[in-house]
Amino acid sequence: MDRFVLDVAHLFAGGLVLVSFLLLYQDRMFGLLNTFALHALVVSLSVAWQAYIQLAPHLYITAAIALIVKAIIIPVALHRIIVRLGIHRTIETVGGIGQTMLAGIALVALSILVMLPITAQAGTLAREDLAFSLSVILLGLLMMISRRNAVSQVIGFMSIENGLILAATAAKGMPLVVEISVAFSILVALIVIGIFLFRIRERFDTVDVHALERFRGERT
Amino acid sequence: MALTVLLSCCGALLATSLVVLAGVRGKAPTLLIYAISLITTTVAFAAACVALLDAGAATQSAELPIGLPWLGAHFRLDSLSALFLIVANFGSAVASLYGLGYGQHEQTPGRVLPFFPAFLAGMNLVVLADDAFTFLLTWEFMSLTSWALVMAHHRQPDNARAGYIYLLMASLGTLSLLLALGLLAGPSGAYSFEAIRSAPPSTAVSAAVLALTLVGAGSKAGLVPLHVWLPLAHPAAPSHVSALMSGVMTKVAVYGFVRIAFDLLGPAAWWWGAVVLTLGGITAVLGVLYALMQHDLKRLLAYHTVENIGIIFIGLGLALSFQANNMRWAAALALTAALLHVFNHSVFKSLLFFGSGAVLTATGERDMERLGGLIHRMPLTAFVFLVGSTAISALPPFNGFVSEWLTFQAILLSPRLPQWMLKFLVPAVGALLALSAALAAGCFVKAFGVTFLGRARTNVARDANETDAFSLTAMFTLALVCLIAGVVPGYFIDALAPVAQQLLGAQLPEQRQLEWLTIVPIAQSRSSYNGLVLFVLIAALAWMAAYVIHRWASHALRRSAAWDCGCPDASPSTQYTADSFAQPIRRVFGVLAFQAREQVDMPAPGDMRPARLHVYLRDLVWDAMYAPVSGLVGFAADRLNKVQSWTIRAYLTLVFGALVALLMVLAVWH
Amino acid sequence: MALILDALVQVAQVALLLLIAPLLTGYVRKVKAHLLRRRGPPLLQPYRDLIKLMRKEVVLAENASWLFRVVPYLVFAVTLVAAALVPTFATGLVLSQAADVIAIVALLGSARFALALAGLDVGTSFGGIGSSREMMIASLAEPAMLMVVFTLSLLAGSTQLASISAFLHGPDVGLRVSLAMALVALIMVGIAENARIPVDNPATHLELTMVHEAMILEYSGRHLAVIEAAASLKLLLYLSLIGCVFVPWGVAIAGQGVAAYAVGLVTYVAKLAAGGLLLAVFETVTAKMRVFRVSDFLGAALMLGLLAALLLFVSQSV
Repeated sequence: MDRFVLDVAHLFAGGLVLVSFLLLYQDRMFGLLNTFALHALVVSLSVAWQAYIQLAPHLYITAAIALIVKAIIIPVALHRIIVRLGIHRTIETVGGIGQTMLAGIALVALSILVMLPITAQAGTLAREDLAFSLSVILLGLLMMISRRNAVSQVIGFMSIENGLILAATAAKGMPLVVEISVAFSILVALIVIGIFLFRIRERFDTVDVHALERFRGERT
Repeated sequence: MALTVLLSCCGALLATSLVVLAGVRGKAPTLLIYAISLITTTVAFAAACVALLDAGAATQSAELPIGLPWLGAHFRLDSLSALFLIVANFGSAVASLYGLGYGQHEQTPGRVLPFFPAFLAGMNLVVLADDAFTFLLTWEFMSLTSWALVMAHHRQPDNARAGYIYLLMASLGTLSLLLALGLLAGPSGAYSFEAIRSAPPSTAVSAAVLALTLVGAGSKAGLVPLHVWLPLAHPAAPSHVSALMSGVMTKVAVYGFVRIAFDLLGPAAWWWGAVVLTLGGITAVLGVLYALMQHDLKRLLAYHTVENIGIIFIGLGLALSFQANNMRWAAALALTAALLHVFNHSVFKSLLFFGSGAVLTATGERDMERLGGLIHRMPLTAFVFLVGSTAISALPPFNGFVSEWLTFQAILLSPRLPQWMLKFLVPAVGALLALSAALAAGCFVKAFGVTFLGRARTNVARDANETDAFSLTAMFTLALVCLIAGVVPGYFIDALAPVAQQLLGAQLPEQRQLEWLTIVPIAQSRSSYNGLVLFVLIAALAWMAAYVIHRWASHALRRSAAWDCGCPDASPSTQYTADSFAQPIRRVFGVLAFQAREQVDMPAPGDMRPARLHVYLRDLVWDAMYAPVSGLVGFAADRLNKVQSWTIRAYLTLVFGALVALLMVLAVWH
Repeated sequence: MALILDALVQVAQVALLLLIAPLLTGYVRKVKAHLLRRRGPPLLQPYRDLIKLMRKEVVLAENASWLFRVVPYLVFAVTLVAAALVPTFATGLVLSQAADVIAIVALLGSARFALALAGLDVGTSFGGIGSSREMMIASLAEPAMLMVVFTLSLLAGSTQLASISAFLHGPDVGLRVSLAMALVALIMVGIAENARIPVDNPATHLELTMVHEAMILEYSGRHLAVIEAAASLKLLLYLSLIGCVFVPWGVAIAGQGVAAYAVGLVTYVAKLAAGGLLLAVFETVTAKMRVFRVSDFLGAALMLGLLAALLLFVSQSV
């Protein structure tokens, strides 16, 4: 395959991992949303590039859906929800930025260590993208477990989804129908979660999951 | 020939120590004993140099009819032994020279003098030993003599505890080495190293032997988590003995590891290197973090030894990994880097311990926070301590930088390693090495700055005097070697080539012939370093700048008070202390490494008592490993204590039960 | 003959560095002033400051030692040697065989070591603040810089700056995300090492906010002039390093003739101007961080460097 083509694909996939790290580093709400919008933008660019080199025009639609829904609609919607809930000034309590970043690096090394040897038969591009997408998924999970705020956990969940899209496009064969249903399910999940958040906030005056656990008696 | 000379030197040292033990007292013996040690070790050093540098010298062996009747005592002098003998005897010679001056201040020479020559002899004999029995005997002899030296000032309570823990850890180490060598000798009981070399063990046995050697030799060298005795025992001994323990004895432990892992074990597996690398990296970072938290000068230096041992083991781990993958020249580079650091560290650590000994003699204080401003009272000591600090922080143009540079060059060869785990581990360890080097520089800015610079914090610091000529000569010799090894490292690298050739079958390209005395470890296009050019350029440019400015601009100067924002503070206790210097680093790294917590105790308004700042640090290694083990041992000992008060019938039952059990085992076996 | 020509180029480069460094500092100050709608001091003001300081009498604290008087010249010499090793308008420097990038990092570490000791020499708390904070910053910045060096060396197969620059100029390098990460990490380290906002404020003398200025607080007269010159040289070094590694177009290869050198010189000045502009904009847009947030900032740089090195293995394996 042409060297330049490989390099650009590599650039986008690596950039997605980098933006996942940026997501881990954020500790303010609006910065988190903007970084997530960037995350979705990089995913859509990557899918668009894959559409170009695989000569698969339906992937352009996937890229467009990722761009419009995930990079524009969802961040704006979450922005509104956050302002409504009045938590936009909350500074996130993360369990030590240094430790989280170290754990993130170890996860990236682990996913490369796992993915590259077992995909020895596949093409170059697919191998790299699979390794990077596993990294993004693991980093999204790390984000979910190292945050106490429900909105950030939602964003972590959606970054996992982006990693899955990267893997699916790299593996050359994901029908459009699946993408539309996935996007719609995300929207539904979002609405549900939004309502949930309102209810939680009304009940307990906070969306801190810690408080929930305290109420349920899971921790003193 | 050289071997005979060396064995005679050891014999002379042992004889000296026996004579002193027999009962000679007074001041003249101090000078005599140290002079004899100096002469003997210098002769041994010369013999070892001849053995290493003479290109045509073959390995020499000797067998003495002492020890076990069917075994005898085998001794052998090959290039690896020659190198470590050079390190050991150079350190011993300089320590004896230092002792000529320092020993005058010793309150109880009878507790130091008999054991000092014996200690030197013990270290030499370990390196010369060629069979398992001699090795273990001399190893334990070395441990016991150094323990006696640690207990020289046993009236101080810290020293007694230090000696106790040292004895425990040394016994643990010897036990592990005993098991390792026993496994190597195999069921046939072939204890000589020749026999072991010709019959390499299976992979499972090799793995067990490596693990036991890491415990045994690693605990003596100071690998985390077996390092806990080092910062207690090394400061407790008299300063020249501390220098020997930190600078030389730890290197003899490294020799033990290299001899077993590279020479006796046969072909390596790739994961051995990974384990050694990881241990080395963790040791390096933890060692320097512990050192940063200390304000006792000698304890800081002891923890720093732990860091440098980590760096040496990183090099050794790299050499093992490359060797397992048949990349011999890369392994030679890594091994050369590690061995050069062995030499460099023994030089500058001895220098630093001598400096702290001089400070201790002049002021009676080891605590940095009671010193300060010593650069005015002890200018020569301050100068050599500065040279040692710059060298140990791996700053050009001194020698510490050369060995670190070579280690980095070896790390940069990691992409050629086929195993994925190694490909990731080596850059990560490289990051740890870089981190430890940067922290070491900060540690020595603190050590030198708080002790020697600034204003004197107590009267003893204000009234200190320069130390004697012997100590200064020893220190200046070491400082000169630091500079030479940094400026013309090519000669030292070439001297190490026979060792790499013997152990790995490959060596670095010859450095002596290169123009301008540059060193090129791999290829000209890849990397090169020239310490001489850098040193000359820096000196020339600094002098030129000073000359030009003094000549054509102003050279006026006026002394005045320091800037104080209009509030003059006469008290020297307002300047930075060692703990305050380390506070930013403690806040960044200490939370993870020591669960560091600060607590400020402010009095209520109107209350006249002072505010207090408490800093809590936990030694996680001690709490996680040693406290539970010692608790367990105490618990078991308490239970077993009841055995002391049984009746006679109970004892007879015990003997009867043991006899019956052994007979049953015998019956089943056959 | 070729050796003499190369030596002349080296000497010319050193002279250029010495001449241009204060101009760069003046330029950055001027741009910052314009961004704040001020006119700012003239471009040549740093030269006037240096000459003024050199003519003034040195006021030395009573208990300052010989170390205090030697350190300025030592720091200046070490920084100049390190700066002379970085190709500016031409590669093929005579000195490039003497030291590689790792040695450059270590030389800058030597300079910092000496300056930190000078800070502790007088025995006031200002110097202590500066030295301890500087060593904390260095303990993270130096490993981050070494990680960037690792990444570049793993890519180029060499640690010599000329080879790295030639490799990155050549056709073998693609659009690698590791290079982008390495560039960002190097910029972060450069900001920290040169005592720029957001890590340190080069124009303040409040003890809450100063790191580098606190270490050199006691210096005056010609000593202060030499240290200020060394600081300008260090900024020039970092900009030249970023230019020759990441923006290598226009650098003259040794022996290409005078026209190539002239083109190299012009492109070098253009790179410095662009770099200075970006630095001034960044400093104006950002606020200074709390001292203990600097560790997060530099920790991120270290992680970026490590990640860049790790990601290289992904692509080098295939």
